[in-house]
Amino acid sequence: MAEALLETEGLTRRFGALAAVDGVTLRFERGAVHAIIGPNGAGKSTFLNLLSGELRATSGHVRFRGEDVTRAAPDVLSRKGIGRSYQTANIFPELTCAECVWLASHSRQAGSSFRGRGGGAETTARGEEALRACGLAGRRLSRAGELSYGEQRQLEVAMVLATDPELLLVDEPLAGLGHDEARMVLALLRKVAEERTLVLVEHDMDAVFAIAHTVTVLVNGRVLESGPPAAIRESPRVREAYLGEEEP
Amino acid sequence: MTLPRSVRAGLLLGAVALALLPFSGDRFWTQFAAKVMIGCIYAISLDLLVGYAGLVSLGHSAFFGLSAYLLAGLANGLGVVSPLVSLPLCLGFAALAALLIGWLSLRATGVYFVMVTLALGQMLYYLFSESPRLGGSDGVSIAQRPRLTVLGRTIVDLGDAGAAYAAIWVALVLSFLLLLRIVRAPFGRVLTAIRINEGRMRTLGYATGRYKLSAFVLGGALAGLAGYLDATLYGFVNPAQFGWRQSGLVLVTVLLGGKGTLYGPALGALLLSVLEHFAERATEHWSAVVGAAVIAVVLFLPRGVASLLEGRGG
Repeated sequence: MAEALLETEGLTRRFGALAAVDGVTLRFERGAVHAIIGPNGAGKSTFLNLLSGELRATSGHVRFRGEDVTRAAPDVLSRKGIGRSYQTANIFPELTCAECVWLASHSRQAGSSFRGRGGGAETTARGEEALRACGLAGRRLSRAGELSYGEQRQLEVAMVLATDPELLLVDEPLAGLGHDEARMVLALLRKVAEERTLVLVEHDMDAVFAIAHTVTVLVNGRVLESGPPAAIRESPRVREAYLGEEEP
Repeated sequence: MTLPRSVRAGLLLGAVALALLPFSGDRFWTQFAAKVMIGCIYAISLDLLVGYAGLVSLGHSAFFGLSAYLLAGLANGLGVVSPLVSLPLCLGFAALAALLIGWLSLRATGVYFVMVTLALGQMLYYLFSESPRLGGSDGVSIAQRPRLTVLGRTIVDLGDAGAAYAAIWVALVLSFLLLLRIVRAPFGRVLTAIRINEGRMRTLGYATGRYKLSAFVLGGALAGLAGYLDATLYGFVNPAQFGWRQSGLVLVTVLLGGKGTLYGPALGALLLSVLEHFAERATEHWSAVVGAAVIAVVLFLPRGVASLLEGRGG
């Protein structure tokens, strides 16, 4: 069995009486693409927020590289190597693309914020490389708020890449994209996955089954099934609970 | 942030004009300009918080007042007259107070942050206005203004109006250049991004709280510089300097001039003082005139008077 980069154990988050994430125990192997699917309200985004530290777990544990990080703040987790992209582009509309990726890249340069004008050349280079990788090199001086929706999603991924994360949490990267844009983002994710570990929440089943090594189905905050895509596709429980809705 | 050419030229011209003003021999306008320059330092110190970090503080006068009172205490109680001793102590004290108040108030966000800073500032106001030992509501006169003496010879006596004016001019120029450098440095860019989207900055790996606290301390120390110079110029401190009215006024100065530009709030301090001066002569209801002007600017120039200079009004 491959080494686990990230593990959760009985991870639970309650909102009042509702358990949005309920005792989820999963392992995410290093270098793999692990997709999490499930109907709306299944707790997928809450689960990602628990992994990125934006929400505190009610109980259970998260371990990253064997270290318990359940209570760590988002900035600490980011510096440890967990990057996060969002369902709706979470960018800096007033800033240019170059500034957005510079900020992301600069976060790895601790304690240098008071000196100089632009930080080190390495910082700038890492940011520019991320822009290029995401197909935004030609838009570097455009304001993030002026980009098309698809480009904003690309910038979103570029910003995470500029922090050079080992693990990427990607929340519905294809939501709201047209066919061509979705194909481009998917190709980008495929490229990213060659070097990094991905946890992917996505509704587009074709995309999920094309890219994921492991698929976990969440329903009502619990793991219904977890395994290789082929097994998930064949599982009667999954078809009944979820896939059946989409394949009448 | 790059300053538009017209602004750079205006700033240079303004600095030269202010440097030459005392040679005109007009004591009233020289005193007036000294007051305006202190107001400029006060306003740009708050602009770092409001315009860059997005921290709307209604307790900024605390640092101005604490520094001014400490100067009075050092001079009257301990006979400290050397500015080489009193200036670092007063600025350090203001910075320390900002560290404490910032640490407490930055636990809250948005309107709650405003309320906490307001409450802490008011606590200081009542502490100083109701303690006879601290001068009570009458305030305290400073027996000896800061004076630099070497081997028995006085080099600089800030009790002298001309020397005080020169010191204030130097302090303003240095404060402005320091802040300009800071907001252009990565620190300022990070601060701006935190204002735009703090949640995202955290998931990008920034300990945003530390950045905001650093800005709060820096702004507090510079407000302390303004307080120190004010006490030096007038030789008098009073508890009204702590009040929310002062904090509100300096916030209005920042908004009137144009937050997040540094030169805007400096211009705001000038405009507000001039407006106040002439309105005061025209009517006893001068504050209504000033209020109407502020409302007009907020409605028609939401980015402040500075936006006119950049040709990007509205």
